Amino acid sequence: MTTTVTARMSALARAELTLLVRSRATLVTAVLVPLLLPLSVRSAIDGMDLADAGLTVGTVLLPAAVGFALLFAVYAALTSAYVVRREELVLKRLRTGELHDREILVGAALPATGIGLTQCVLLAAGCTVLLDLGAPPAPHLAVVGVLLGLVLCGALAAVTAGFTRTAESAQVTSLPMLFVSMLGSGITVPLELLPDRLASVCELLPLTPVITLVRGGWTGDLSAYEALGAVATALAWTVLAVFAVRRWFRWEPRR
Amino acid sequence: MHSCRAAAAGMLVVMNTKEHEHVIEVTDLRRVYGGGFEAVRGITFHVKRGELFALLGTNGAGKTSTVELLEGLAAPTGGRVRVLGSDPYTERAVVRPRTGVMLQEGGFPSELTVAETVRMWAGCTSGARPVDEALELVRLGPRSGVRVKQLSGGERRRLDLALALLGDPEVLFLDEPTTGLDAEGRRDTWELVRRLRDTGTTVLLTTHYLEEAEGLADRLAIMHKGQIVATGTPAEVTASQPARISFELPHGYFLGDLPPLGELGVVGHEVDGRAVRLRTHEVQRAATALLVWARDTGVELRRLDVRSASLEEAFLQIAGRGAVAKAGKAEVTA
Repeated sequence: MTTTVTARMSALARAELTLLVRSRATLVTAVLVPLLLPLSVRSAIDGMDLADAGLTVGTVLLPAAVGFALLFAVYAALTSAYVVRREELVLKRLRTGELHDREILVGAALPATGIGLTQCVLLAAGCTVLLDLGAPPAPHLAVVGVLLGLVLCGALAAVTAGFTRTAESAQVTSLPMLFVSMLGSGITVPLELLPDRLASVCELLPLTPVITLVRGGWTGDLSAYEALGAVATALAWTVLAVFAVRRWFRWEPRR
Repeated sequence: MHSCRAAAAGMLVVMNTKEHEHVIEVTDLRRVYGGGFEAVRGITFHVKRGELFALLGTNGAGKTSTVELLEGLAAPTGGRVRVLGSDPYTERAVVRPRTGVMLQEGGFPSELTVAETVRMWAGCTSGARPVDEALELVRLGPRSGVRVKQLSGGERRRLDLALALLGDPEVLFLDEPTTGLDAEGRRDTWELVRRLRDTGTTVLLTTHYLEEAEGLADRLAIMHKGQIVATGTPAEVTASQPARISFELPHGYFLGDLPPLGELGVVGHEVDGRAVRLRTHEVQRAATALLVWARDTGVELRRLDVRSASLEEAFLQIAGRGAVAKAGKAEVTA
């Protein structure tokens, strides 16, 4: 009787979930930050001239909340989880068993990804009710956006973990991605409010297409051409990230 | 299509292992690390089905670097490794369900309990035995609810062994399985390893405890600076080394007063004050001649000690000689 991919990955994911629940700091970052940060954006929104850009408080705040969930519950939490497992030699030990390399990385990512997805759903429901957002006219765009975001953030976490030496330094090495995304991917400031030239550069950032798709899901004014462009950008980043992981991911601590 | 290929690969393995009784085959194996350090410098050996093979060496001799290649954790720089007829690195899916591995250092999340760790590993292991049974095997049953971070070093080694044995593997790789264990834990582990060998498990273990290798191994290889410098059964490796006669000469007597050493069959000697140490391949002849001389001259040889070479002495001799032979090359430390 040989094990199946599903059995192996769910055994790993279960252990990883137990560890996530026992790691208070990571859990707080993953669960609370995405719920609290949108409040800070809320106060900034009041000073923005949204109506001209065809936006509302809801269509700014909801994508922002989804962005925070992806960044903190998935990207940051997973970066530190990968680094800690590697430094404890857990990844090396797992590689001596039947798990394939990609099963180890994906299986370990499942709990964080699950929490991220749950938060996105809760935040969407919450924003819809509290901000009178109404049902999204193009929900499929939002769904595609969130799914791409989950995969991309998981892959980018593995990339970041590849050049991070310790759990402490993971706090620092994940900052560039966090800051660049929050400032340039339409999370704190919608790209619609940026100068055109700057906006077109920001469109190429990894998390921008995800935010664009989620926002498009609720505004309903994203053309098919724009939507496909966003999907293509997100896929390109994902392919690049997966390549980087295959090439540079470290399975053992440096000696 | 995929399952077809897997089935064909499986059949190939069965045929291979039936044809060859060599479960592990290592040919001219080399491993060079990124920095250019050559940890394994062209070694060749094989392990037969059901055999217990020990890889001995000082720290930095290349034992772990070798075992990692056998476990399929990395691709060799040169040469060839076959485990159960397949390449453990490229044909991982075929080999892994049939091997068990214990790394030199465990790799368990410190916040999981012992039982949770085993359960996780069991989910990833073909034909895994029940968690309780696995823990009983290494006497960790009473500690099943304890977090890994609270285990002693010895308990962690035993947990690691439990995981290695979880799928009842045909081939077992144990990298320094008893390091950090107390005397009782070490005996328990030896007992367990012997039982496994008796049931037909092929075991490759590394150790720097020579008595461990001497007591357990059917055959062994001594590694030094990335090369195998001696190989054979413990008796063969020991027999190639001279026996030792040591004693103290009384005041007024010197080495020159003894019969000519060459005639005694002595191949080497050391003098330290009054302490004399002779090495010989003909221990009976040398000892007899020495004692006859002592009786005839009325000399009392104090602290007389005659002993055949132990593996430990063989090891020191061989490792030392290897070091001298390699002295011409640049010294590299691991």
